[in-house]
Parts: sequence; C-alpha cells; structure tokens
Amino acid sequence: MIERTVETLRGARVRVFEAGRVEAPPLVFMHGLSGLLEDTRFMELLGQEFHVLAPELPGYGQSTGEQLLEDMLDFTLHGMDVLVALDLTDTKPALVGHSVGGMIAAEMACLAPQSIGKLVLIDAFGLWLPEQPIPDVFAFMPYEFGEYLFHDQKRAAELLPGGTELADSDGLRDFVVDNARRLGTAGKVLFPIPNRRLSKRLYRLTVQTLIVWGAQDRLIPAAYVAEWAKLLPHARVACIENAGHMLPYEQPDALAREVGAFLS
Amino acid sequence: MPWPELPDEFGSRYRSVWVDLPSSLFDPVRGNALYHEYMDQLEYADQLGFDGIGVNEHHQNGYGLMPSPNLIAATLARRTSRAAICVIGNSIALYNPPIRVAEEFAMLDVISGGRLVAGFPVGTPMDTNFCYGQIPALTRDKYAEAHDLIMQAWAADEPFAFDGKYTQLRWVNCWPKPIQKPHPPIYIPGGGSIETFDFCLDHDYNYSYLSFYGYLAAKGLMDGYWERVAARGKDASPHRAAFAQIIAVAETDAEAERLYSEHILYFYNRCLHVFPGFLDPPGYRTLKTLSATSAARLRRQYLGERAALTWGDLVESGTVIAGGPDTVRQRMEELITSLRVGHVFCLLHTGNQSDEKTRYNTRLFAEKVMPGLRGMWREWGDDERWWIHPLEQRVRPAVEREPALR
Repeated sequence: MIERTVETLRGARVRVFEAGRVEAPPLVFMHGLSGLLEDTRFMELLGQEFHVLAPELPGYGQSTGEQLLEDMLDFTLHGMDVLVALDLTDTKPALVGHSVGGMIAAEMACLAPQSIGKLVLIDAFGLWLPEQPIPDVFAFMPYEFGEYLFHDQKRAAELLPGGTELADSDGLRDFVVDNARRLGTAGKVLFPIPNRRLSKRLYRLTVQTLIVWGAQDRLIPAAYVAEWAKLLPHARVACIENAGHMLPYEQPDALAREVGAFLS
Repeated sequence: MPWPELPDEFGSRYRSVWVDLPSSLFDPVRGNALYHEYMDQLEYADQLGFDGIGVNEHHQNGYGLMPSPNLIAATLARRTSRAAICVIGNSIALYNPPIRVAEEFAMLDVISGGRLVAGFPVGTPMDTNFCYGQIPALTRDKYAEAHDLIMQAWAADEPFAFDGKYTQLRWVNCWPKPIQKPHPPIYIPGGGSIETFDFCLDHDYNYSYLSFYGYLAAKGLMDGYWERVAARGKDASPHRAAFAQIIAVAETDAEAERLYSEHILYFYNRCLHVFPGFLDPPGYRTLKTLSATSAARLRRQYLGERAALTWGDLVESGTVIAGGPDTVRQRMEELITSLRVGHVFCLLHTGNQSDEKTRYNTRLFAEKVMPGLRGMWREWGDDERWWIHPLEQRVRPAVEREPALR
C-alpha cells in the first residue's frame, strides 16, 4: 500500500494509506478503536473497485495533532478537514467507517450530507441502549481487548500484539503506551458512555446507508443493529457470521463483497 | 475511614474494593456507629495536641467512607478549637461548577476561625474517571482551569466573568471569602510527575506525597522533588513538602505486632485490592510516565498472583512504621530527615482497627513520639508559609461558651 502524510488546515498531520487506481471512485475508510492493523486485505479488496484512502486519526500510528481534538464537533470537523486535504470535496466520496470511525463518519454525514456519497457503518459506536450497556473498554486489561474485539482468538493473537496474553514484557508495555495514546484520544468521544447524542442528529442522515455487523460482536452486540435500523429506516442491514467487532479483519472477503455490492 | 467489615474472602470473591464493589456490603446501621467513631477519633487527636486533623475525598471505595470530606470537616470545625482542619482535599475537576469548592472551603475557613488547609488533588483515576465520569485525557486540563477559577474567585474584590473551556460563569463573586489571606495554605497531593512539582513551585504550594508504601520507597521520588526545587532556585524549606505514613505504636515492638498486625494486613490485603484495569485509563497519565512504568500488573496471571503481604515484609520495607516508642521515633526521624518533610500525615487508624486500639495508638504517639520530633527543622521553625494563620479570638459554639444554656 502507498502511504503519504497530509496536513489539515487546522494543523493535524495525518498519515493516509492508499489502495486502488486514482481514477476509480473514491472511498474513505475510517478505522476503528484499535487503529489500522497490519492486515490490509479488506482495503486491498476494496481497492480492486475503488480508490481507497485510509487516514489515521490523530493519536493513532503516525498521525499527530490529537491535542487539537477535544469534543465530537472537533472530531467531525477533522474528518471533513481530511476530505479537504485529500481534495475529495467535489467527488462525494463513499465513507466506510468502522467502530469509532463509524461514529465519526455518521456525524460527518449528518453535518454535511451534500459532501459525501454513500455511507457504510461497520460495528459502529454512537448509540447507547441502557439495557445493553457496551463493556467499558477503558477499564480493559490488555488481554481483554483480544477477547472482546475478536470472535477468533487466533486472529486476535496474530493482529493485536500485546492485546493478548504475551510473555514479552516490552511488547506489553509498548501496547499499553500506544493504547493509552489511541484510546486517550478516542476517549474524548467515547468516555464514559459512548453516546454524544448522535441519535438526535440522525434525521439529517439522508444519504444511502449500509449497516453491517459482525454477528458475534461482543463489544457492541446485535441489539445495536436493530437500533440503528430503527433510527435509519431507509438503511440496508447485513450481518456477517464468524466475526466479532473486528469484522474487517475477521471476514474481509465477505465484508468487501457486501460493501462492494452496496456501493456499486 | 475504611469500611471494617469486608469479608475474609473479599480478595478472591470480588475483583475490586473500588468503583464496582457491591454496595450491599455497606450496612447503614453499622455506618451510623462508625462515622461517629471516626469523627470522635479525629476530635481526640485535636485534644492530644496534633497540629492538624485530616480528611480526604474518595468515591465508591471500601476503604474510604468520605465521598464528601467537607461534611466531616464541617463537624470538626465546630467540635474542635485548635488543630488545623486539613482537607486533602477536594478533587476540583469534579465540581460543577468548581466555584462550589471556593465557597465551601471559604465556609470551612470562616467557621473554623481560619484553620483550613486546602488540598486540591487531581484525584485518582478510580474517583475522577471511573466513578465521576471525567474524560481521562482532559482531566488535567479541567483541573488546571478549576484551580484558576477558585484562586481568582478568592483573590477578586469585584464580581468578574470567567470564560473557561469547561466552566463559563458570567458572575463570579465568591461569598463568603476565607479568613486566611491571600488564601488558606494549599496542599497538592502528587505522585511524582515533574509537571506537578513545577505546578507547586510556580505557585509556592505544598507538595504532598500521599503514599501507602512508606518512606523508604518514597526516597527516590522525593529526591526528584528536591532536585527540582533546587533547579528552580527555590529555597529548601522542608515545609514545602509533606508525606503520609502509616504508624502503629505500642509499648514494645512485639506488642505492636500483636496489637496491629491483623488490622494493617486487613488494609493492605483487602482495602487496597483494586482491579488493575481501573488504575490507568488510557489518557489519564502522560505517555512519558507510562513508558517508565512496569506493565507487569496488567497480565492475566497477576490477578491470581497478588500475594498476601506479611507483617515482616511491611515493617522491614518501611511500608509501615511500627513498634515501641523508641523504634517509632527513630524511624520517624529517619523519615523526616531523609525525605526532608516539614509535615507528616500520621495515619494512626488503619484497616479494621478498633476504636480502643486507635485511641491507644494515637495517645502513645502524641505522648511518647511526637515531643521528640517537635525540635526537628529548628532552623526553619519560623517559616509559616505553609501553615494556617487562625484568628486569635475564635468564636466557639454557644453550648461550650455558656454551658448553663443546656
């Protein structure tokens, strides 16, 4: 994958991964809670049909400027700023948001429905059901990330070094430090309850939307799919088996097919 | 103010003494007796001649029954006449708006006749983030703003507008104001970050290291503090710093073990049984601090491994200072000299210690240990920058002034 760094007007420096032909229809993939993991198959598959751009949120990987982002509006405007920096404002890109990236993508679609094409929400944060509380990721022990995020623990061990039970002390400490930076940033929109009242803005979400979920998501359980569907009655809904919250890493082929079919 | 009725198997049955412990373990009827017992003990310390009596703030916590230290401090302000009332402190990022702290502290200072020591902790992650819902990465910023608001409110002679990021008030007009001018002595509990050292030195506040792990373990951190004091060109007054120490005095070393061992072990093995996932929410600590911290406690096997501590471990490591009066005095001298502290928070009630033993411990310390420590730091004896300045003539409650009215 190609990578480059862009700077937003606000001053955040954002690393962007790219797949696919530049002249293909643009698709922005917004990563989840744990950032962009090493496995890029989902993006490569989408790259066969689309020009895929995957920006890293500040606080994640090599992107910086997380101190500029304090509340939901900051995160949403940052998302729009990245579209400007990538020169995508006139092209109405598709937004494919996973996990916390889905929450931000949905906010962007509410804020500026005229600036984006279609919207895909994968195991997205953003809603809260009192009878189905989402586990407190901020109190997770490192090994719990693997357990809650992945359906297949073997995949968790491969993809979340440190986020499983590691013998290697340096690896564990690196995970703790990187995780503190990532979730410290995401915590500004997720802590202590991952609900920034998106639901009252969803009346503005008029673009075509696909809601797609890992059937075994332990973090944001299936009840949330029903709630999204209720709030977005025009949306298409799909569940993919043998996947947890990390659906793009657990079932990349099935997910890419579903997303491709919806966007084409 | 620990809850003394945590079951024997607490550590294996429950994951944490803090945040998510079952509230069914609290018995309000037992609590009625207990609150009075603890407040009586603090009043007793005033009668015995301690310089100050202290309270602090914790939430959803099996070793602390004081979500609101100001309530306890208010009763102490009425029922005592001499000792400083040390509220160490109010977690100022948790009050909405934080002007509440300026008002309540002013009330305490006025009611007590100028005896308030005002503590401003950032607060533990358990209290601040998990129990009171503050966003970890923004907690310190919110704390700094709350501090600015409170200090400006105390200093201002006219109403003013405060346009903060977290608090906006069109009319800030603190009413009442504290007796002590420009403000009561301010103590900042810290855990070793250079940012907190500098914050204290910028404002000439006392730096208080409230550790439960004893003076030997604290040496490195306090050396770092004093190096920073020197680097900043500040004088080395020991009153700039305070330390908390668990102390258990008896007639002999052997008697101390016999009397206090079970209660101190109750404290370390049950009251400090905190789920490690609550200790470090992402964003609370700086990445630099985290990089220097061992992550070993975040392994799964650690949960099964939290080994029970023994009396021998605790005394040898200086985690607790325990023994006959001579042993305790000698160790206290070591503590005061090696950490260079002008104030010690003497923790004389520990775990599920009975009222009788607590009074015994407190009295022995006051009579047989404290007098020997009074003469230390003689060269800084007239440095009162970090101590209370009460009114000479303080009004007492009517029942004490005119007993006939009863």
